[in-house]
Amino acid sequence: MRLSRSGKITLRVVVALVLAFIYIPLLVIAVEAFNSSRILKWPPPGFTLSWFGKALENESVREALLTSIEAGLAAMAIAIVLGTLIALAVGRRKFFGRDSISFLVVLPIALPGIVTGVALSNTFTQVLGISLSLLTVIIGHATFCIVVVYNNAVARLRRTSGSFEEASADLGADPWQTFRFVTFPSLRSALGAGALLAFALSFDEIIVTNFTIGAGEETLPIWIYRNLFRPKELPVVPAVAVILIILSIIPVYLAHRLSSDDAGLTPGRGGGATTPPAGIAEAEATVAH
Amino acid sequence: MSRHKGGTPVRAAWFVVAGLVAFMVVLAGCGGGSSSSGGSSGGGGGEELQKLGKGEGQVNLISWAGYVEAGGGENPDWVTPFEEETGCKVNDKVAGTSDEMVKLMETGQYDGVSASGNATARLWAAHEVAPVNTALVPNYKTVFADLKDQPYNTFEGVPYGIPHGRGANLLMWNKEDVTPAPSSWEVTLNPEVASKYKGHITQYDDPMSIAEGALYLKAHEPKLGIENPYELNEEQFNAAVELMKEQAPNVGEYWSSAEQQIEGFANGSNQVGTTWQYQYFALKGENEPVEASPASQGFVPEEGATGWSDTWMISSHAKHPNCMYMWMNWIISPKVNAEVAEWFGEAPAQELACKETENPNFCTEYHAEEPAFWKNVYYWETPLAECSEGGETDCMDYNDWVRAWTEIKG
Amino acid sequence: MAATDSVAVKRSAGRRFAGLFYGRPRLQIGSLLAAPMAWLVILYLGSLVILLITAFWTVDPLSGSVIKELSWTNFEELVNVPVYREIIWRTVRTALLVTLTDAVIAFPIAFYMAKVAGRKSKAALVVAVLMPLWASYLVKIIAWRAILAEHGVLNWALHPIGLHGPDNGVTSVWLVMSYLWLPYMILPIFAGLERIPDSLIAASEDLGAHPFTTFRKVILPLAFPAVVAGSIFTFSLTLGDYLAPKLVSNEQFIGTAIFDSITNNQPFAAALALVPIVVVIAYLGVARKLGAFEHV
Repeated sequence: MRLSRSGKITLRVVVALVLAFIYIPLLVIAVEAFNSSRILKWPPPGFTLSWFGKALENESVREALLTSIEAGLAAMAIAIVLGTLIALAVGRRKFFGRDSISFLVVLPIALPGIVTGVALSNTFTQVLGISLSLLTVIIGHATFCIVVVYNNAVARLRRTSGSFEEASADLGADPWQTFRFVTFPSLRSALGAGALLAFALSFDEIIVTNFTIGAGEETLPIWIYRNLFRPKELPVVPAVAVILIILSIIPVYLAHRLSSDDAGLTPGRGGGATTPPAGIAEAEATVAH
Repeated sequence: MSRHKGGTPVRAAWFVVAGLVAFMVVLAGCGGGSSSSGGSSGGGGGEELQKLGKGEGQVNLISWAGYVEAGGGENPDWVTPFEEETGCKVNDKVAGTSDEMVKLMETGQYDGVSASGNATARLWAAHEVAPVNTALVPNYKTVFADLKDQPYNTFEGVPYGIPHGRGANLLMWNKEDVTPAPSSWEVTLNPEVASKYKGHITQYDDPMSIAEGALYLKAHEPKLGIENPYELNEEQFNAAVELMKEQAPNVGEYWSSAEQQIEGFANGSNQVGTTWQYQYFALKGENEPVEASPASQGFVPEEGATGWSDTWMISSHAKHPNCMYMWMNWIISPKVNAEVAEWFGEAPAQELACKETENPNFCTEYHAEEPAFWKNVYYWETPLAECSEGGETDCMDYNDWVRAWTEIKG
Repeated sequence: MAATDSVAVKRSAGRRFAGLFYGRPRLQIGSLLAAPMAWLVILYLGSLVILLITAFWTVDPLSGSVIKELSWTNFEELVNVPVYREIIWRTVRTALLVTLTDAVIAFPIAFYMAKVAGRKSKAALVVAVLMPLWASYLVKIIAWRAILAEHGVLNWALHPIGLHGPDNGVTSVWLVMSYLWLPYMILPIFAGLERIPDSLIAASEDLGAHPFTTFRKVILPLAFPAVVAGSIFTFSLTLGDYLAPKLVSNEQFIGTAIFDSITNNQPFAAALALVPIVVVIAYLGVARKLGAFEHV
């Protein structure tokens, strides 16, 4: 599109402002993590690295970090298995109820987090009578992580032809061999991207976690939430927050690299995203190219 | 190319699925949840422990902020000595409101709770707490007499808890922002005066705050005839609710986390409002310019104050009852109860604690040994339809209070 | 096929088992779907159904125990007590405002990314917009808490010009939500704008249209479904959120009301929770009519 020179300049300025808007709060948090004032006075009277030290020494922070990683890996594993299974079923064949399956997969991430959290918590404690623990957290996380893996896998399946699998079958391979030698290799990087995204999603999640976690456990976001107002050591929380940001951006960056040649990146939920049925999500996926 | 459409088997699968969903629904109807396991007719659950056995290795508690301190920074530590002596590891969950405490107890995952009067009756009625065998708590003998056999810790003649301590809700203000120093609740409750601090008033986010309004009206509008701020008939209740609604536009923060309120005072958002001694002393420790009603006034403004008398109760689902009894005995042992009372800033429950306090005048300052003083402090209690005077039943009950509180906050 | 017949190959149990699936697509689909469907339908959908049912139960005021008898009490309360209508309206209003704000902010940057930026800057911008998405929802809210605090960044910046930042009201919530969901609006609009063939725009210009007219008559209508698609995110995310209102404001939103009710009246909380579900489904219906699902 041909824009006048002043038009282009105005647009560039606007873009710069929007980017500033997006990044300034993150910078503020980063600055607060170095604030030498114990009660987070602004502007910061001085800077110090001590809060990071305190954060890393703090036993409950370390435990929370480990718990988050544990939960993330477990949820990711479950999501990979379930998401791939659904994708294989949906991606290649038409059948009764196929669209409703797509809708169903998206639902856990589409409904507000508080609804999912309350519903699951209710079922665990009232109906099934099991107590809340890390296991219930993992179950909750896996439920809404399925869609991320599923989207990536389905998008990849739609872009590769089914004829390879047919050829494999024609050559005498049974379905498992076909999967192992034909389908899976082409799916691999999409699954990898999906898995990383699922991990990041689980690592960052707070709302559903808040409702499904047991008394003695803490994931990192839960730790932050419960320690938001530490009266004498307020900057420890921003320090932990910075650590959390870094640790959740890494898998996303890796996922981006992994799928940089095709569909792969779908935005995740914040505290409860809505994604309408697969159509949009797939289109989102084509964004990162 | 696969063109097969799903046929009968797939459809059948959907029916199976629908059936399973229906099964879940039925399960929900019969589902567990808080169930009683014995106990008397009106409430209570479980049996009283007969004999104190060996510790089970851990105890899971729900408590108010500042009640279960395990060191860290400048905090005192009465948990580690307990753990060393009894071998019971303490896991504590801090709750901000009584509602939270009741909810947490209902999960059945905790052994005990430091319940205030607006939780004890509810826990008892929900069969969540078991009677306490006070013979197994040796330090109970020397607890202040006016804390025993009270309507908030004794039900149908049976004791259900061990008193922890008591105190009055404080009016705290930032002395640089709020002048002259207030001596009455009008600074937060009288719309004319309160509007001076619009947006900087902080009020406890709990229906119990309505009682503060009622207390204010008791002094300033005697024709309403309010006696007990928790037992209000419809007219009195509506008046109190109106007052709180008028306060709402001036409120900057409805606080439920003690530490959130501390942060609010420290960064200037809050300037005046209801608080607990825990926050007051924490801020003073940081040299923040806060003041509260002075000791000479009994820490209460003119109209008196609402307050609390807290009780340690044991869950009817307690998995570690021996450790819980050991904890209850520990927390009211003279030295520990003295530490507890001085750290939080409340009157101890244990008579002998008065000899163990660092400040020799502590008990005098906090009126720990003066039953008459506490007549003007209205402990949180659960509003019930039955008013205690004359056995009428036209008082507003807790449901009404909760509903009104949501309306007040808008 | 002939090969396996003529060669006497010992077929392993695994291969025989796999052979069962050959030519039986329904069995294949069924076994693929069995586990995930059990998970999603029984556990998740079942939980939602149970939640729906509990919305019809009530609670004993003193003990707080749930009375498992069906009644309309909760819904009557929702309808009759005015404060809930206010809360719902406040939430919906904010959701619409946030959507509008994000659409206005997102469009220029999405347009630049799609139609003006060179190849390298486009890739860089996509990454730049995407990264904060994953920078932890809770942390972003905390950042805004610090910014909006009484002695925080915003007031410090506005002080020299004599202004004051928003207090604990709806404005703060609107600001924070607009910030949080912005990337969710940028991406669909970007994708939608990319789909508009450059040739269409060139044709419009060749026919003599001023850039602004091209924008108004060609680009905007074609991009509109994408905007609606993005609005689905911003609208429903705002509708159900409870952490942002709780941490940066004093106001009651649907999410906070649900959260507060869970403690002592869970059936009522369930009834409240049905409101955003219904509203979101209605919104999705409207969005579908506007073509959001096809066009991004």
